[in-house]
Amino acid sequence: MMSNLKPVFNNHKAFIPFVVANDPDFDTTVQNVLALANNGADIVELGIPFSDPVADGPVIQDADLRAFAAGVTPDKIFDIVAEIRKQSDVPLIFLTYLNIVFKYGYDAFCKKCQALGVSGLVIPDMPYEERDELAPFADKYGIDLVPLVTPTSGHRIEKIAKAATGFIYVVSSLGITGTRDSFSQNLNELIADIRKYTDVPTAIGFGIHTPEQAYEMAEIADGAIIGSAIVDLVAKHGQDAPKYLGQYAKEIRTALDNQAQQAV
Amino acid sequence: MKNMVEKEKLGRYGKFGGQYIPETLMNELEIIAAEYHKLKDDPAFQKELKDLLVNYANRPSLLYYAENMTKDLGGAKIYLKREDLNHTGAHKINNVIGQALVAKHLGKKRLIAETGAGQHGVATATIAALMGLECEVFMGKEDTERQKLNVYRMELLGAKVHAVTSGSMVLKDAVNATMQEWASRVDDTFYILGSAVGPYPFPEMVHDFQSVISKEAKVQLQAQEHTLPDMVVACVGGGSNAIGTFADFIDDPSVQLVGVEAAGKGVDTDETAATIERGSIGVFHGMKSMFLQDKNGQIDKVYSISAGLDYPGVGPEHAALADAGRAQYVGITDDESVQAFEYIAKTEGIIAAVESCHAIAYVEKIAPTMSKDQIIICTLSGRGDKDVASIAKYKGVSIDDE
Ligand SMILES: Cc1ncc(COP(=O)(O)O)c(C=O)c1O
Repeated sequence: MMSNLKPVFNNHKAFIPFVVANDPDFDTTVQNVLALANNGADIVELGIPFSDPVADGPVIQDADLRAFAAGVTPDKIFDIVAEIRKQSDVPLIFLTYLNIVFKYGYDAFCKKCQALGVSGLVIPDMPYEERDELAPFADKYGIDLVPLVTPTSGHRIEKIAKAATGFIYVVSSLGITGTRDSFSQNLNELIADIRKYTDVPTAIGFGIHTPEQAYEMAEIADGAIIGSAIVDLVAKHGQDAPKYLGQYAKEIRTALDNQAQQAV
Repeated sequence: MKNMVEKEKLGRYGKFGGQYIPETLMNELEIIAAEYHKLKDDPAFQKELKDLLVNYANRPSLLYYAENMTKDLGGAKIYLKREDLNHTGAHKINNVIGQALVAKHLGKKRLIAETGAGQHGVATATIAALMGLECEVFMGKEDTERQKLNVYRMELLGAKVHAVTSGSMVLKDAVNATMQEWASRVDDTFYILGSAVGPYPFPEMVHDFQSVISKEAKVQLQAQEHTLPDMVVACVGGGSNAIGTFADFIDDPSVQLVGVEAAGKGVDTDETAATIERGSIGVFHGMKSMFLQDKNGQIDKVYSISAGLDYPGVGPEHAALADAGRAQYVGITDDESVQAFEYIAKTEGIIAAVESCHAIAYVEKIAPTMSKDQIIICTLSGRGDKDVASIAKYKGVSIDDE
């Protein structure tokens, strides 16, 4: 299977921002994604809210609540993507919990992703052991199932890495999403371990919020995922968020590109 | 050449069960499963477990012939399995002792737990005190208000109680919060899950540790009646006392297994917790099972007068037993359970937990339709002291609880 995501990491460090779909509303989400895409995002990760997001901290939980208040459903999110697709071909992935995909129907969901050009799925409550039920459908429609590797993965890294396509989401620290000032000490080792088994790119996420941190993480991995910090901006600025997201994206892009230059 | 047996997926009950949990916790689940399977077959561990069950928790619990109820209802003979007489007042202690021993063998220093009615939290705080471990309990804010007495009991036992303010602030939110806490600190911490739910190996451990209920009951009934029961009945929140009540009878096809869910204001209303009757298959809290949810897969707010049954899911083994038609699941409303609370108090002199009274209410309905030579065992999962204030409130009686 040809991944749409892997080539994004060629020759530069990838910036992967996250927003919750329909937070605070349909139009702002479309504009937020476009602002991120036009200011240096390589892949935009769209969260599909779930009633009980056990891997997420308060910032993303609150965003989910705002999205629910504005009447979010999976079909509405597909409409958001269709609207984005009229103006941008930025690679998109969904982050959601398995029950949302299960209820929609694995085949129907993956088919819809393919039709709208959504290239991958990140599902925090679907560990390696449970991916078999979704994988055949993801394969059928060319959707990458982006796995998570954490500081506790240990001997599990081998099988996770070997099955990975697209990229590998490396979780920076234990616990849940939310901005952090420090990360697990052994991220270097973690990435080196992954490298033993695959050349699928890695991106570090959970807690990154400053350009300096993005720079630091990009030194270790192939890309940086930024969630809560961006969702925070959406919370703060509401419908005016696109402007602020664009500016923030630019700062992160610059930091990552400096990184790439230093590395040469 | 060896037989090419297809490797069975871990922790499956038919199409239910599994390990749908963030990667951060997967390694720990592997460690727990391996340790548990080692200990399970270790006579020294079994001895340790038995010693605590007998000398600390007051087992075996009585199998009590409820003669007054039997006469009054005029049908099947009714036996009550008195888990309410255990130390800490509910069946929860059976599982907590077992899991806490596993935690101790893993060298853990800190126990965390969710709780609904507070019984599981109290049991966990109790064992933590006994074993000299730290303990933190997560409880929905609404439940901390419904069950104030249990909050204070936990604090007396040295536990820290966190009132969970996310979501609907009841049991499911407490489970979410406990899982989050565990994900952020797994190295020295063991999550003592209080019901037959969650990712493998929890449903299996809870089944095994609660099966003492049916193992004892079978022997006790044999001694008193020289026969198997015709029916066993237990209330179902996540399903731990029910799976314990069913466990040793599952392979006896003549024994009817009945789980009683909380129907709240009615199975057909939106204010219900009757998961198997009203729910659909889904993935949540680490398991594939039955859940109350909307068509998009968002988990419903559930409702019951009983904080211990107020849960939108059910253990995967129950989902499989229902699917296979081996067990039946019925709903009992708030009104019916409150009536049963008063009924068993007046007829048998037992103040039973409002959770357990859901099972009693079903017995009141079914016993008269059965013949006098038939036997029902109903598990009284807990005592009702914790519920007295809220039942009074429900009845519009004001009591001074200052
Ligand atoms: C007395 C009592 N019975 C029953 C339950 C329901 O749990 P389960 O279905 O796991 O037995 C509880 C839970 O708090 C309880 O306290």
